[in-house]
Amino acid sequence: MRFVRKKLVNLLIVLLSVTMLSFLMINLLPGDTADVICGPSCDEAAREQLREDLGLNKAIPVRYVEWLGGAITGDLGRSGRTQQPVMEAIRERLPVTLQLLVYSQVLALMLAIPAGIMAARRPGGWFDKTSTGTVFVLLGIPQFVMAPLLIYFFAVRWQIFPAIYKEPGGFFELLKNLFLPAVSLAAAEMAVYLRLLRGDMIATLQEDYIMMAKAKGLSNSRILLRHAFRPSTFSLVTIVGLNMGRLIGGSLIVEVIFAIPGLGRYAVEGIFGRDYLAVQGAVVVIAVGYVLINFAVDMLYAVLDPRIRHARAVI
Amino acid sequence: MPVPSSDPQADESSAAAASATAAALLVAETLADEDVVKKKLGFGFYISAGWVVLISLTALLAPFLPLQKYDKTNLVPQRLDPFQKYYVAHDYDPESDLDSTKSFEYVNECQDHLEDRGGFAEGLRYCSNQVAVLGADSLGRDILSRVVWGARVSLIVGLGAVTLGMLLGGSIGIIAGYFRGRTETALMGIMDILLAFPALLLALAIVTFADNHSIPVVVAAIGLVGIPPVARLIRANTLVYSQREFVLAARTLGASNKRVIVREVLPNVALPGVSFAVIGIAIAIVAEGGLAFLGLSVDPPTPTWGGMINDGRNFLEDAPHITFVPAAVMVITVLALNFAGDRLRSLFDVKEGAL
Amino acid sequence: MSRKVITTDEGAPSADAGPLLEVTDLKTHFRTDKGRVRAVDGVTFTLGRGKTLGVVGESGSGKTILSRSIMGLLPRHNVIREGSVRYDGREISDYSEDQMRAIWGSEMAMVFQDPMTSLNPVLKIGRQITESLRQHLHMDKDEATETAIALLSSVGIPEPSVRIDEFPHQLSGGMRQRVTIAIALACGPKLLFADEPTTALDVTVQAQILNLLQKQQRERHMAMILVTHDLGVVAGRTDEIAVMYGGQVVEKAPTPVLFAKMKMPYTEALMNSIPKLESPSHTRLEVIAGRPPDLVNPPKGCKFAPRCRYAQPKCFEHEPPLVQGEDEGHYFRCWFPVGTPEGQFALKRNDEIRAKQTAASAAGGGA
Repeated sequence: MRFVRKKLVNLLIVLLSVTMLSFLMINLLPGDTADVICGPSCDEAAREQLREDLGLNKAIPVRYVEWLGGAITGDLGRSGRTQQPVMEAIRERLPVTLQLLVYSQVLALMLAIPAGIMAARRPGGWFDKTSTGTVFVLLGIPQFVMAPLLIYFFAVRWQIFPAIYKEPGGFFELLKNLFLPAVSLAAAEMAVYLRLLRGDMIATLQEDYIMMAKAKGLSNSRILLRHAFRPSTFSLVTIVGLNMGRLIGGSLIVEVIFAIPGLGRYAVEGIFGRDYLAVQGAVVVIAVGYVLINFAVDMLYAVLDPRIRHARAVI
Repeated sequence: MPVPSSDPQADESSAAAASATAAALLVAETLADEDVVKKKLGFGFYISAGWVVLISLTALLAPFLPLQKYDKTNLVPQRLDPFQKYYVAHDYDPESDLDSTKSFEYVNECQDHLEDRGGFAEGLRYCSNQVAVLGADSLGRDILSRVVWGARVSLIVGLGAVTLGMLLGGSIGIIAGYFRGRTETALMGIMDILLAFPALLLALAIVTFADNHSIPVVVAAIGLVGIPPVARLIRANTLVYSQREFVLAARTLGASNKRVIVREVLPNVALPGVSFAVIGIAIAIVAEGGLAFLGLSVDPPTPTWGGMINDGRNFLEDAPHITFVPAAVMVITVLALNFAGDRLRSLFDVKEGAL
Repeated sequence: MSRKVITTDEGAPSADAGPLLEVTDLKTHFRTDKGRVRAVDGVTFTLGRGKTLGVVGESGSGKTILSRSIMGLLPRHNVIREGSVRYDGREISDYSEDQMRAIWGSEMAMVFQDPMTSLNPVLKIGRQITESLRQHLHMDKDEATETAIALLSSVGIPEPSVRIDEFPHQLSGGMRQRVTIAIALACGPKLLFADEPTTALDVTVQAQILNLLQKQQRERHMAMILVTHDLGVVAGRTDEIAVMYGGQVVEKAPTPVLFAKMKMPYTEALMNSIPKLESPSHTRLEVIAGRPPDLVNPPKGCKFAPRCRYAQPKCFEHEPPLVQGEDEGHYFRCWFPVGTPEGQFALKRNDEIRAKQTAASAAGGGA
């Protein structure tokens, strides 16, 4: 219990720091919301009046507390450009980003897990060598190269998947419409997962308990899947979790390329349009999401590994 | 392993002597293990390094190379394929182009053009054929020259950002890893909080904040974003070394912290740091590409690889090379850097393993 | 299943006749960057049904590789395995992995050295026992669980029905080793390999585990190969002892004969390195000077010669063959065996030489 409480206090401190930093960062940007609402033709007096009305002239700490109070109750202000409440916009856009994110991770794992196990079965064998080479190349291809490449073949040449995101009618259409963006994200992730799992599997296969399982006369597939796989997945699970957190804000290039109305694109549009409150809202949601997922991964890790689970229960 | 301070030869109160003895012991042990010495960088490393050198040289010498002007539009017919011929109208004086921003895909177009100007029939002017090795982009600019000039931006940003990130992040990491305690908690806490913000978004915000898109701004944006991960890595390495006998010996012998950090910790942390820096350049090049792709790197008309990739996106159907030529150059460069860095790392790892 | 087929087939006549295990000139070499490592280099022995063989040697003597090689548990590539292994009348040295799989666990089983690492940390103990029951004996889930509980209780684990739902880390080292023994015994093997089963355990638990192994071995009429570096461990618990050095058996004898009339200086050295109850406390134990031989480039002549108190020039030139001693079943490799006139002569000669050298160096130092 003490362990959990300590973690929770830590979480709270991090959350406060992260929100404060998001708030400060946006306030350091040149210009402010008054400029955006007022427009270029605005005279100084009207702008000053607007600042007063928006509370932009108060001291930064005061404004932070007010803003945080609003943020907790779900009020992140209104977009300077569209006048839409920021919270509402985020609520519209977050689900698409999350769908993309889960989809890409599922794709990455679906390929990485069997390939990682296969590669670890015979380190140095042909499959291991081929996958090592593929992984190496995939890791060198940025999203903004992978996406045009996929679009060129799958959308332009073969016309299997759409190059531009369309509002899907059903689940399968969603899978289809998000396929290319998800693969663009998944490619490099897949490579990382494959290497990670392969390395851990090879280490696990050296363990005495694998020799023991072999001496019991169990089949190779049973040894690989039941005995070696699970103990080899701890770091994989951690990294997948951390990536989920990172990708909330890391999918923005893909969202821009495929015109996906997600959170990342919202932030980019906000930056281009000098829409301070929109950027602030998106950034704070992304950062808080990252922190919360990290926390969850930490907890999940304890559940996964019985050794840690019991060690912590003792504390 | 013998502790150097108990060695009578190291009894002088100089920390350097203690570490020298320890180092000698370590070297002796390393050499005793025959496996270690044989490790080589391999053929792949030299190929990778060769590519990086080639790109760097062309980028460095770009102003002196016989290249087209990278920012002149319609110098080549728009979206011309790689290796395809095109025609330019000339005076007989080869130095003076008749119309330096006019080029033609077919020779009769060129002749018609000259006809209209009333010069072709008199034989005063002619159409010369030319080849654009890597084709032309949608504005009729020579891609080869743009790729070479774009390499300048990529490499300067890559080197600059890594230097900045390594200097600041490295210092933070060494200080945290060496002093431990509250310093470490505070510094690494700040780093962890910074890591909560997606790197690209942070870099975007910095570029927007600076309100000008010059190379130093892009370098600063990417370099600053790189601080937290560098700090974490260097801290981890420092932790390993500051517990090693020769550092402990130097500390117990009363050497000042500054001296121990500079003379004992830094050289050991720097070595694996180099291999990380090489990979870091690749990461920075990709980051710059991302910014440029979003239009937030160096302003046009200066070419950037990311910007060129983005320029071609609307022409994927007719002229995929506009996107894929710069993309290929970028990917090959990134792969070469990754490979070289990886080889260097495994080289250093072996030494570490022997200790 | 496979067992039944064998007993009806060819197994029936051989079931009680002939030895259980015949190993003839078994070699196991590893290909490495440095060259061939001759981990096991021509080992021959037979083991009767229900009998116990102790294999004794230092680390690096090849004793662990020997047991894994007999069982066929070594990786296939970069391993050269020659010689014959006949188990229950069948030549198993050229069996494929699939063929071996029917033997592993059900006919031959192994208890590993370190119970901390030989149990899967993420699987419940019950599952680790029942999986081989279900695999080899085709039990259903409930039957397997019941059998597992019975097995755990037979190896002396209290509250077995609670323990089967626990993870290995929840048990002490001794308890874990009991679990690995239960796993090994699960399908009623005829041959049990115990590879340093007590080395990783607390001294207080060691005897308990050895007694448990001995009890199980007797009750089940199971043959056992007990691998250890400690002559004391095998002293009262084995029918026969093979002493290994540098990948070879250097002395082999029925246990009482070995302890009474050991012939090999290496065996003697091993003997002197274990503490004896009758000697006063703080008696200095002898250590065997030097290192185990290089298995890539073994020394010419007797492999133990460089460390041997008895060594003579002949030992460095010619490798002694395995010869039979006066007692039945006693074999050894030595030119100057312990307790023989040749041995006495060698020891005396070496003492004289050493005395001369000391005198010479003392004189040299004085001048």
